[in-house]
Amino acid sequence: MNTQEHAVGQVHRDDISSRMGMWLFLFTELMLFGGMFFLYSVYRFTNAEAFHIAAKELNTLIGCFNTAILLTSSLTMALSITALQKDKKKLSIFFQLLTIILAFGFLVNKYFEWATKFDHGIYPGSDTLLAMESGEILFFGLYYVMTGLHGLHVVIGAALIAVMTRLTAKGIINKDSFVKLESAGLYWHLVDIIWIFLFPLFYLIA
Amino acid sequence: MASDAIAVNGNEKEPSYLEYTGKGRGLKSWITSTDHKRIGILYLCSLLLFFAVGVVFGFLMRLELIAPGRTIMDPQTYNQIFTLHGVIMIFLFVIPGIPAVFGNFFLPILIGAKDVAFPRINLLSWYLFVSGGLLAILSITLPGGSADTGWTFYVPYSVRSGTNVTYTLFAAFMLGFSSILTGLNFVTTVHRMRAPGMSWFKMPLSIWSLYATAWVQVLATPIIGITLLLVAVERWFGVGLFDPALGGDPVLYQHLFWIYSHPAVYIMILPAMGVVSEIIPVFARRTIFGYKFIAFSSIGIALFGSLVWAHHMFTAGMSDTGQFVFSILTFLVAIPSAIKVFNWTATLYKGSIELGPPLYYALGFIFLFSIGGLTGLFQGTLAVDIQVHDTSFVVAHFHYVMFGGTGFGIFAAMHYWFPKMFARMYNQKAAKVAFWFLFVGFNTLYFPMFIMGWLGMPRRYYDYLPEFHIYHFISTIGSWILITGLIIMFTNLIRSLRKGKILTEQNIWGGETLEWRVPTPPPHENFEHIPTITEGPYEYKQNEEPQLEEVK
Repeated sequence: MNTQEHAVGQVHRDDISSRMGMWLFLFTELMLFGGMFFLYSVYRFTNAEAFHIAAKELNTLIGCFNTAILLTSSLTMALSITALQKDKKKLSIFFQLLTIILAFGFLVNKYFEWATKFDHGIYPGSDTLLAMESGEILFFGLYYVMTGLHGLHVVIGAALIAVMTRLTAKGIINKDSFVKLESAGLYWHLVDIIWIFLFPLFYLIA
Repeated sequence: MASDAIAVNGNEKEPSYLEYTGKGRGLKSWITSTDHKRIGILYLCSLLLFFAVGVVFGFLMRLELIAPGRTIMDPQTYNQIFTLHGVIMIFLFVIPGIPAVFGNFFLPILIGAKDVAFPRINLLSWYLFVSGGLLAILSITLPGGSADTGWTFYVPYSVRSGTNVTYTLFAAFMLGFSSILTGLNFVTTVHRMRAPGMSWFKMPLSIWSLYATAWVQVLATPIIGITLLLVAVERWFGVGLFDPALGGDPVLYQHLFWIYSHPAVYIMILPAMGVVSEIIPVFARRTIFGYKFIAFSSIGIALFGSLVWAHHMFTAGMSDTGQFVFSILTFLVAIPSAIKVFNWTATLYKGSIELGPPLYYALGFIFLFSIGGLTGLFQGTLAVDIQVHDTSFVVAHFHYVMFGGTGFGIFAAMHYWFPKMFARMYNQKAAKVAFWFLFVGFNTLYFPMFIMGWLGMPRRYYDYLPEFHIYHFISTIGSWILITGLIIMFTNLIRSLRKGKILTEQNIWGGETLEWRVPTPPPHENFEHIPTITEGPYEYKQNEEPQLEEVK
């Protein structure tokens, strides 16, 4: 890596650079969520009992279902890249669309999950929540903020994949130049892996 | 390639970055350019505007403090002004100061590349920077006024304050994002785009420091991003993550805040150290002393600097073990910093020193930074910190390091690279006069703060006891001298843009690094042919100037 030949002319393409840039960006995302995992661990340490009680409120079944959805979507994402590498453009687009649909499915589930909580009167600043123990308030605060931010990442990821689908259809992303799709894939796997940690920390501690 | 921009002589001379306009004309050719040099200039202009605003706020603050009681403003305005002064100076001037301006302009040239790895992301980072800056400043005009929490946004006050804290938080968030993108760009560029033959240990030292800085930018900044976002969420939705009334812990906020904001001071100082490492060998006409030590000390500072954050919180409630560990680590950071200072002075020793304006500022850096750094150790000492915590001693220390250090580093960089960037020479005598005003003004302004802080004057106070009057009075006088120096310096530089002597020579200071081997001003793509590097950056053996014989 010490020396790097430069392509003469205007088009400078360096896939390793792009990948490196993406990985660095993923590090920043990890640090971003890391801040919240740090808060979670401290508050859970000081309020272990309350976290345990509050977690009973969450629906493990929906959580499991969403985990399955996201894991599958990571698979379809990986498949779309492999398909493109084998020059099967249509198949790749199909898998990308499937990933977007799965992301959408995840969000719909999330919506119903949150809506139920709201119906039960559990949302930041609500009287029901404020009547609870402070540890439980913290639990739901973290729950909303962390899953909310994760949900935002799902939305961004899905939008990113949609752009990639368009670029694939146009042929800009193709068998020889797929680093963009790969980077979008990396981002999507990050979204997935963050959920892998969120799921047990919120749903499975009851 | 836009053919219209090729100079009259056809292919003989490549257009300089100042002439090459790309797609647009006038302003548009600047704000849509992905050329790293133009982005550097964009940063320079916007940064100096923000700096001017920050200076005005600082001036007003000092004026208010010239006498006890009310002088020119009410306490609430005073709180808002010191907050904005801090936010602007830190997020808009000192943090981006060297990486975003001189890093953008010179990093690719110094490693022999045509641009950074992600030119478009580079431009995006500038847009985020400007939007964030405007958001912070424009929040003054909104009902409720700008934030009055201090630049640290400590909860619970930042959650309860009726001012527009949210805007300032968002501004800081965007500025952080901009800083991340710059860091990401630099790490990738340094890894991937060095010219053939430029191994890690043939890189100029400023690249080492920018590289270390870039890692801190990438890894530490997201933490402040999420922390500030959480405070905003807390203000909007009443999620009680930091609010003690809802079970949250405000001390955790302080931890998260300083996990970024302490490394951030190394984001601020490291690039300035890099600049000094460039200037000293050039003006001492000597190979830098202890190249590897300086290079590794940059990495060392970045590494240790990321582990000392809780020394800001010795009085905030922490276990004795915690205090002990953070105190030790704080002392350890002093080692790589001292290594640098010793190596710089060792480089000067027996060099044939030419006292050009850049060296003035670089020496100013070493002097002021040493005072700032050593007083930092006072505060790292647990018992002493109890005495000086939250007093103007801390303010003095911080300004010695950040203004006397990084600020003078930025001025040194401006005087060092100005001729290369604009192909004009400024009035060197005026630059030296400005230096003395700045230097004297600086010490008059900040040194009394050490004394009154030691005697117990708290920081951020609007009013004070009569026994502190004399110190505040001297300090305010100092601010006037300092501002006079700033006016002389900037008038000189800005005037030279139009009236300065036109330069054509490539190497005005006799430097050996790559930027002195490209035409002045640098052409659009820096190098016609990417150079192959065969020797280290500070080899002065072929220098025309005779080395002085050693006299015993």
